[in-house]
Amino acid sequence: MLHTPLIDAHRKAGAKLVDFAGWEMPLHYGSQIDEHHAVRRGAGMFDTSHMLAIDVEGTGARAFLSRALANDVGRLAQPGRALYSCMLNERGGILDDLIVYFLREGLFRAVVNAATAAKDLAWLGALAAGAAQLRPRRELAMIAVQGPQARERTWSALPALRPASEGLAPFCGAQAGDTFVARTGYTGEDGFELLMPAISATAVWQRLAQAGVRPCGLGARDTLRLEAGMNLYGQDMDESVTPLECGLVWSVELASAREFVGKAALAAQTPARTRLGLVLEERAGVLRAHQAVHGAHGTGEVTSGTFSPTLQASIALARLPLGYAPGERIEVELRGKRAAARVVRPPFVRHGKILV
Amino acid sequence: MNVPENLKYTASHEWVRAETDGTVSIGITDHAQDALGELVYVELPEVGRKLGGDEACAVVESVKAASDVYAPLAGEVVATNKALAEAPGEINKHPYGAWLFRLKPSDPATLAGLLDAAAYRKSFK
Repeated sequence: MLHTPLIDAHRKAGAKLVDFAGWEMPLHYGSQIDEHHAVRRGAGMFDTSHMLAIDVEGTGARAFLSRALANDVGRLAQPGRALYSCMLNERGGILDDLIVYFLREGLFRAVVNAATAAKDLAWLGALAAGAAQLRPRRELAMIAVQGPQARERTWSALPALRPASEGLAPFCGAQAGDTFVARTGYTGEDGFELLMPAISATAVWQRLAQAGVRPCGLGARDTLRLEAGMNLYGQDMDESVTPLECGLVWSVELASAREFVGKAALAAQTPARTRLGLVLEERAGVLRAHQAVHGAHGTGEVTSGTFSPTLQASIALARLPLGYAPGERIEVELRGKRAAARVVRPPFVRHGKILV
Repeated sequence: MNVPENLKYTASHEWVRAETDGTVSIGITDHAQDALGELVYVELPEVGRKLGGDEACAVVESVKAASDVYAPLAGEVVATNKALAEAPGEINKHPYGAWLFRLKPSDPATLAGLLDAAAYRKSFK
């Protein structure tokens, strides 16, 4: 089993540990529901060191990423700017989703999912064919501090980060000493993602905890991202799905002359399915992946579902045939029965507020 | 894991308490609630329903999974703990206080055939 630099801190804090893509990671530290609320109402932190930062270096870095990513790195003009993008295969299927930071000309940093990291490196390496250098930064640890109080508490725990990070707009990052601070995340709340040398991670984690930032596990991370309407790779999307079919059309730039892997396939596709949200209308159980969804426009399926601690109802992301619209009623097959659900447009929750 | 001596158990992680009126109360064990994680939904049988032994008759769902609850012995449902529908988390907090339903056993002697605390502890080690 693989371990992040924070494994001892998790064990000491009494984390329930689970295997996540070969990594032994905290699922929760007692209550994932309380951890969820801590992020919506105060501040929580996640060890995301299992994800991989890959530095893309060289004079050809920008041109290479412009070809490798479905979103346009040409939009990254200011150093520190971040961009969400899918990485596609030639058929338009999603190999992974990632955030890429523009650090300076000739240096970009992509952060990719843990389960796909090895596949991504191999793919990018083959695609680059020497046009840019790829440097996996396994020696970096990553901590996401999220919640309405995340930034204030980060500054009180780590005052040295304040000057560089105080003026950061959302989706921007800056280097502060040996720590890269970015105003990004995966929860629908404000906050920072911190990348630092592995050797500093435990001290940073402890100082954040002392400043009232609650350690949160993968359980809360999943319910928070689902409420925020964010896809999880391997669940809401994979190589069999294009960005046009899973709510990520906004992240694909098809209009310009830029050529990127998968573009021709996307341009030729007329999507027959789309991604929408569901809210279970009755107390009948919990929406979960692979449940069938039936209604006037045909059958679809839940791609990820959970009990939403904020809505106090079960919610889901679902892949549905075209034709369904927010507000419509639909039926979900739940343990052999059918239960009524309402179609909504994600996100369900942003910045602590219920939006559906 | 807490396994009280005064209760009977099943290999499918239900606990059974003999009440003074001849009925039995049934819930899920500390081990079961810990393995499931935080519970968010409970479905209980109808009062009056006649259950066979080992019949699936209730559902508990946690943040990560749904799990059937089985009747540890045959009998008729005489009461259900409806308060749990609004507060499934009580099962996590008090697994041996949060009973799900009560049965009037068809044959009270079958109670003796269930696992005692020591045998149940061994069943999951």
